[in-house]
Amino acid sequence: MKKRLSAKKPHTFFFLLPSLLGVALFFVLPFGMVLYYSLVNRPVNGEFVGLQNFKSLLQNRAFLLGAKNTTILIGLSVPLAVLLPLRLALWLERAIPMKSHLRTAFLSPMLVPVASVILVWQVLFHQNGTLNAYLGTRLNWFHSPWSILMVLLLFLWKNVGYHTILFTAALAAIPKAYIDMANLDGAGRSRQFFAIKLHFLAPTIFFVVLMSLIASMKLFREVWLLTGSYPYETLYLLQHFMNNTYRAMDYQKLSAAALLLAVVMGAGISVLLGVESRLDRDTENE
Amino acid sequence: MKKQRLKDGCLWLALVILAILFVLPTVLTVVNSFLSAAEIERSYGAALGSGGYMKERIILKLVPDIVTGEQYKTFLLQSPEYLQKFWNSVLYTVPITVLQTLISALAAYGFCRKPSRLRRTIFFGYLVLTLMPYQVTLVPNYLGSKWLKTYDTIWAILLPGIFSPFAVFLLTKYMQRIPKAYLEAAQLDGANEWQIFRRIFLPQCKSALFAVGMLIFFDYWNMVEQPMVLLESEDLQPLSLYLSKINQGELGLAFAAAAIYMIPCLLLFANGEKHLEEGIVTGGVK
Repeated sequence: MKKRLSAKKPHTFFFLLPSLLGVALFFVLPFGMVLYYSLVNRPVNGEFVGLQNFKSLLQNRAFLLGAKNTTILIGLSVPLAVLLPLRLALWLERAIPMKSHLRTAFLSPMLVPVASVILVWQVLFHQNGTLNAYLGTRLNWFHSPWSILMVLLLFLWKNVGYHTILFTAALAAIPKAYIDMANLDGAGRSRQFFAIKLHFLAPTIFFVVLMSLIASMKLFREVWLLTGSYPYETLYLLQHFMNNTYRAMDYQKLSAAALLLAVVMGAGISVLLGVESRLDRDTENE
Repeated sequence: MKKQRLKDGCLWLALVILAILFVLPTVLTVVNSFLSAAEIERSYGAALGSGGYMKERIILKLVPDIVTGEQYKTFLLQSPEYLQKFWNSVLYTVPITVLQTLISALAAYGFCRKPSRLRRTIFFGYLVLTLMPYQVTLVPNYLGSKWLKTYDTIWAILLPGIFSPFAVFLLTKYMQRIPKAYLEAAQLDGANEWQIFRRIFLPQCKSALFAVGMLIFFDYWNMVEQPMVLLESEDLQPLSLYLSKINQGELGLAFAAAAIYMIPCLLLFANGEKHLEEGIVTGGVK
């Protein structure tokens, strides 16, 4: 099939050109600057200092705190953002009324700007707020380790619908014959899930893990809107650290942090994509 | 059998309650936008404004004492700065949505028409760049904007937005699924590349274009990190960033501002939910 197409060599380079130029000018070239600044000691007439900037970054307490909290937040939010939608999608698979309305309801937070619902969250979680009133507690949600729960709820509220739709579509794509056969054999729901469905869902699960990872790196937005520039200690994220460094115009520190993160994220993403493409091939081979 | 139906009924009820909880924050925001400024101050002053310690519990209002358009009137007629911020949001989001979709569609065509080794490598680079968090990409954007002298102008936001590779991945995935037969038929008729792109590929991925456009719109309508880092002047800020200031200051207006801020997204969602679902699914399920 491929041969037939390339026989008449398509000239499609010009289609790529605008995007390539833009990406080069606004992303790749500036990234060269990042590389440069991360290795010198001054922004102007800097001398090459090797890995000095990285070393001092790794001794910076604010950076370490931000990195630790961001990691914890990702560790909590990613599994939840994968498992809850999967559970929901499996429920929505059953013969129940108003399925599409339910799905729309779950998807709807996606379209609501976070900044718009922050007010509701603030009244809900205030010390004198609605949640404490119903729970009969007087917890100060914003200034306690529980503040992370408040952020997680907002995160899940926003992302669960999108992931549920992904899983619903993947479930619908499973050939009916497998399920019918399992039904004939008298396999229960959980056995059907682990023996059949999980296998077909694997690529989607990895895709959702990837999406959740990306979304959880963006959690700063929610945290900042909820708690401002000076949050409770457990919510001090990497982006808070970055913002302070922007304000201090410390190009070297900024560049070193960006580069370090790029390497860590790049490695994580490559592993995930590698596993995903292998799973893809496995599913296609059958 | 009977027991099963009862169980499904309970499940359905639980799902409906969950769905209501998902919609509730949005509904509460809209309902509260019809409260009078005095009622808001009275009800939420302690939680949101400067109001001091309050013994009373603050419960979110689902039914206002008096329904009034007072907040909207203030927003639209007496506070030009909010309207200006709203206009700023439009000014950033609309060009970025339209141009990023267009440039990405061109690039996607280039990637899927001639999947050479070089292009596949570049495509992988695009994917990794798409998945990088703001903590990484904003640093080159920031350094680049200083270098191109666009820092603290609308171009600092517009240019990286327009050329962001985000949409390329989804559109390429979608275009790869367009049946080869269409393409071959067009080639037999002597169509050139531009004609194939314009008359076959674009109409074929209409709903993907729509979905991608919506995702871009939601993302930039919501932006917080970019204007925070790349803009200094308050005049240039989009409403997403400015809303949090209203929240702290003029409480009587906050809910209406939040509700008005939602409107463009609501309209888009109402008109394009089907496209959105289809587009989401394309990215995750092959």
